[in-house]
Amino acid sequence: MATAATNWLGQSIERVEDAALLTGRGRFIDDLGVRPGTLYAAILRSPHAHAAIRAIRADAAKALPGVAAVVTGAEVRALSSSLAVGVKAPIECWPIAVDRVRYVGEPVAVAVAADRYLAEDALDLIEVDYEPLPAVIDPLAALDPASPMLHEGLRSNIASDRSFRYGDPERAFAEAARKVSVSVRYPRNSCTPIETYGLVAEYDPSEDAYDVTANFMGPFSLHPVMARALKVPGNRLRLRTPPDSGGSFGVKQGIFPYIVLIGVAARAAGRPVKWIEDRLEHLTASVSATNRVTKLDAAVDADGRIRALAYDQIEDVGAHIRAPEPATLYRMHGNLTGAYDIKNLSVRNRVVLTNKTPTGLNRGFGGPQMYYPLERLVQRIAIELSLDPVEVIRRNLVPAEAFPFETASGGLLDSGDYARAIEGAVVDGGLAELRARRDEARRQGRLYGIGFATVVEPSVSNMGYITTVLSPEERRRAGPKNGAQATATIALDPGGAVSVHVASVPQGQGHRTVAAQIVADALGLDPKNIRVIADFDSARDAWSIASGNYSSRFAAAVGGAVHLAAIRLKTRLARVAATQLNVQPGEIEFASGRVRARGNPDNALPFNRVAATSHWSPGSVPDDAQALRETVFWTAPELTPPTDADEINSSLCHGFIFDFCGVEIDRVTAAVRVDKYVTMHDCGRVLHPAMVAGQITGGFAQALGAALYEEYAYSPDGNFLAGTFADYLLPTTNEVPTPLLLRIETPSPFTPLGAKGVGEGNCMSTPVCIANAVADALGANALDLPLTPSKLAAFVHGKEKDRPSSAGTQAAKGARALHGEGETKVSASPEQVWAMLLDVDTLATIIPGAHAVEKVSDKKFRADVTIGVGPVKGRYRAEIKLSDLDPPRAVSLSGSATGALGFGSGKGRITLSPEGSGTRISYGYDAEIGGKIAAIGGRLLDGAARMIIRQFFAALARRAGRAAQSGFFARIRLLFRRRP
Amino acid sequence: MKPARFDYVRADTLAEAHAVLAAEGENARVIAGGQTLVPMLSMRLARPKVVIDIMHIAPLAKIAEEKDAIRVGAAVRQAELLEWPALAERQPLMAMALPWVGHAQTRSRGTVCGSVAHADPSAEIPLVLLALKGEIELSSRRHKRRVAAEEFFTGLMSTACAENELIDSILIPSRRVGEGFAFREFGRRHGDFAIVACAAVAKGNSVRLGVGGVADRPVARDLLDLDGSALDDALDTLAWDLEARDDLHASASYRRALVRRLGKETIEEARRCRA
Repeated sequence: MATAATNWLGQSIERVEDAALLTGRGRFIDDLGVRPGTLYAAILRSPHAHAAIRAIRADAAKALPGVAAVVTGAEVRALSSSLAVGVKAPIECWPIAVDRVRYVGEPVAVAVAADRYLAEDALDLIEVDYEPLPAVIDPLAALDPASPMLHEGLRSNIASDRSFRYGDPERAFAEAARKVSVSVRYPRNSCTPIETYGLVAEYDPSEDAYDVTANFMGPFSLHPVMARALKVPGNRLRLRTPPDSGGSFGVKQGIFPYIVLIGVAARAAGRPVKWIEDRLEHLTASVSATNRVTKLDAAVDADGRIRALAYDQIEDVGAHIRAPEPATLYRMHGNLTGAYDIKNLSVRNRVVLTNKTPTGLNRGFGGPQMYYPLERLVQRIAIELSLDPVEVIRRNLVPAEAFPFETASGGLLDSGDYARAIEGAVVDGGLAELRARRDEARRQGRLYGIGFATVVEPSVSNMGYITTVLSPEERRRAGPKNGAQATATIALDPGGAVSVHVASVPQGQGHRTVAAQIVADALGLDPKNIRVIADFDSARDAWSIASGNYSSRFAAAVGGAVHLAAIRLKTRLARVAATQLNVQPGEIEFASGRVRARGNPDNALPFNRVAATSHWSPGSVPDDAQALRETVFWTAPELTPPTDADEINSSLCHGFIFDFCGVEIDRVTAAVRVDKYVTMHDCGRVLHPAMVAGQITGGFAQALGAALYEEYAYSPDGNFLAGTFADYLLPTTNEVPTPLLLRIETPSPFTPLGAKGVGEGNCMSTPVCIANAVADALGANALDLPLTPSKLAAFVHGKEKDRPSSAGTQAAKGARALHGEGETKVSASPEQVWAMLLDVDTLATIIPGAHAVEKVSDKKFRADVTIGVGPVKGRYRAEIKLSDLDPPRAVSLSGSATGALGFGSGKGRITLSPEGSGTRISYGYDAEIGGKIAAIGGRLLDGAARMIIRQFFAALARRAGRAAQSGFFARIRLLFRRRP
Repeated sequence: MKPARFDYVRADTLAEAHAVLAAEGENARVIAGGQTLVPMLSMRLARPKVVIDIMHIAPLAKIAEEKDAIRVGAAVRQAELLEWPALAERQPLMAMALPWVGHAQTRSRGTVCGSVAHADPSAEIPLVLLALKGEIELSSRRHKRRVAAEEFFTGLMSTACAENELIDSILIPSRRVGEGFAFREFGRRHGDFAIVACAAVAKGNSVRLGVGGVADRPVARDLLDLDGSALDDALDTLAWDLEARDDLHASASYRRALVRRLGKETIEEARRCRA
């Protein structure tokens, strides 16, 4: 048979997706029509990091005209079951808080109404009584058995603790010339898609079936998880995806709990329900990459050869172990030794729970967290041994002749020529010139550094790698898990036109274009003649658990399946044509839209005619040559389950990246400027060069964000601080330099087309490459991301001198988030002031915005207050308690306020001392502000707290002044004047 | 992220806007370019009963050259002032600062006076107005008054504008002979809220330095006849006096460092530019 003419693959043909996208004809979830009668959901979310829910009062919300239902944990518990959890432990994971909230933003209630405005009005009317509990935010603190426990079923906050040993690491450490170590805290961040989560769910009671359309991206291993939670068999959860999705980068895996939640809401409301996540919800509570604390040691020979690595990784998955976590920790397990030939390895992996948003898939998935310590370590080895970092890298590389290379932990590196790639980057990327540039900058007194990073980029995940978290015994009981079924379907219609379907759920990558190229090459057609459909319907399409858009699996796995399906059809069509052309099937070739005899192009038939034969004249075609529709499922035999020794080939393909960059740090602002960035990739055979460049450039931009700008930041109390794009900073075109892209190709022997994934590599290489350059510029050792100017200022500016005596006094920084001090002088005596502070009527006039103050006891008051700054105003229920009374000298005030915008709580000490005929009132306070207001207005909170507290004391001073002036009758008069 | 219900009044005359303000007081909110108010409405941070649109009041849409000042009406968008041909000549400091206000997209909607009314402590326009000793003209149903920028900004997003008043216009003093100007700002990304912004007006050997982004409002200080270490000391004192705060983007100590360093650079540049 003729070999496929490879005309189209390798060319950057125009993307079939773009015409619609560029003319506003994209069909995203929010563009699709809904059935008449569809209702809209809004979600009430926890303002607290950790609290018991004592009561939820939703009657007023339910009574609001237009509101169809309010769903809380109780309803969800009644109509569904807990989501499956990835570790063996008696714990539950609900898509909504059940009796307790464990992170800021956790859903507490869903209001379903005629439109989103009304649904949000309903949320304002729901009252929740929270009893705040201590929160644990820091993953190291979560190791402490005394830390506040999130899930009693675990009996600690450690969900998993596994140790692994490969080779003889103890001996390597004992024999090595040196031990070099790094300690790293990798922060929380995310690759934020421009389109947020969105879905429409419907429940059909007559069939006991759910029908959901969602911009879910897979993996479809979560389909059985969702079906089980909804208490239906998989064939009664029909899940569809819209034709277009506005980016995902892993994040849209995390919509799956909402599919369950809104599914239940639709069932409760008896109508279809649509929910579109807003940006505040997305940043606060969609999904985050894991933050991780790593200690990594290397046993190193004097020449820089690494004999052993020892990882101690503490993975923070947030408040729930939501499927497929703790996969982030294990995805890199087979390639923990990176691009290096290191025989000995020990690993301790602990998974901890903290009061933060649960984690999930995110571009790079485990790679950024692992390569940051590994490549920081390689730089430290070079520094400590006074070697060139590139030389240390070279000496440790897996040699070109060793592929396929089995790593210490069981990974199988499919192909590569790492030394050649590095050589190419050094020469074509101009490393010598960059070094000269650094020297020159340093001669001028500028802060300039160069960094390197070497990364093996895994793609096409083995669905069994996650079971490495289980012990071999647990795995045996659970049954083997492995492989990664990819699927593609090609159909010929009665006119001979070719249609392709893939279950790869693209989010903008261009899968349809590349699938058309693959089929065009196989069948000798123009890609324009091939129609590819990539929207997905679990009820009609071929799919398996590995379907979806993740682990950079399209080019290598799905593209391979498309190719195999095309070849299968071609083989059949060749037999059909051979009969008609009167030659042997092996002599048939497909080219230029025709099927012809090799060597005799005039003996040919139009492709369409051959392709239509099995529709119009099946009798003339042998049974085993009928060519109508081919569905191929393909998985690689190399993807085996973990061995009893915990060896795991966690991914099928392993690309290679070598990056280097030059950065300059501004001496005034301490800001980092990336001066030059070079990134060399080997992703096997390249199917569409412009898309590869797009993947690398996009990953680079997101990685630059992770390096310099982005963090899902929490206060030590667990308040979320980055709820808008004014606080969660994405780099824009102003901030992203253009990297120099270089490439070599060593095709993968394990994939049908020789392609490997390329989507995630720079998320692994770029953050650490930039950090290494910054470390080089500053001579810094410990550097954690993001590298903000404020953080680097310590290295650039040195220690700040003490406050000069000429400056006024200022409050010392408190341990809590907000802290302040002040004083005011009033013309009343301490006794008069004391009486006011304990008097309910006085408090009513001096508490800013108080509507009604109610005395609960001698030392406890309750009030409705409207507090705000400028146009920002919210109504809160406040409680104020007095304690440690020392009349008339001092009293402590503690209070809390809760409202739709969040909550505030604080504690202050007021001291009264006589001064002349009046009193000097001094105060100090610590306050905490949480919920929506903290997530949105972080940079203004401190000022706002100061302002409101000053208002209180200014009012006290005014009031005291009047009291002192006017005596008893005036006080009576004031009481009447109080209410307008 | 949908606003609570509110009434929208599109005022065609100042009198109409004044009448609604007089009737509704704190329940009404003036909207001009909406670049701050609309997100606040959508996030339900602000819940006015009435929103009064003043963009269709013709007299407010003007930029006028007066004897010693440029008068900018409340309906003038930031982009319009930036494109006003005489700006760089009449007041270079404002021309230097305006490109730092948000992004091109927000400047073509946001108004000059809206930024003054909102009084964000990091905002550039209030800072420049203060550094230049500009004035704000307020009006209500019965009164019209002028307030110096020094008195106008009273705290975090708080101003001297009363509930029944609105800003008619601001008066940006024109440059005078012998003055030099400079503007520097540092934010984490272009267009972000300033971590520290500095605006300097130099004349003779004295200089007036305005600092935004640090205290709860823009602060300006006159530094007379200072050079060398005396200037450094004055900047150090100023840096501490501003009661810098810690937030997600910068520590208080970092903000002080920027006041000293950026402040000095700004002053030096303003002195070089004296004409």
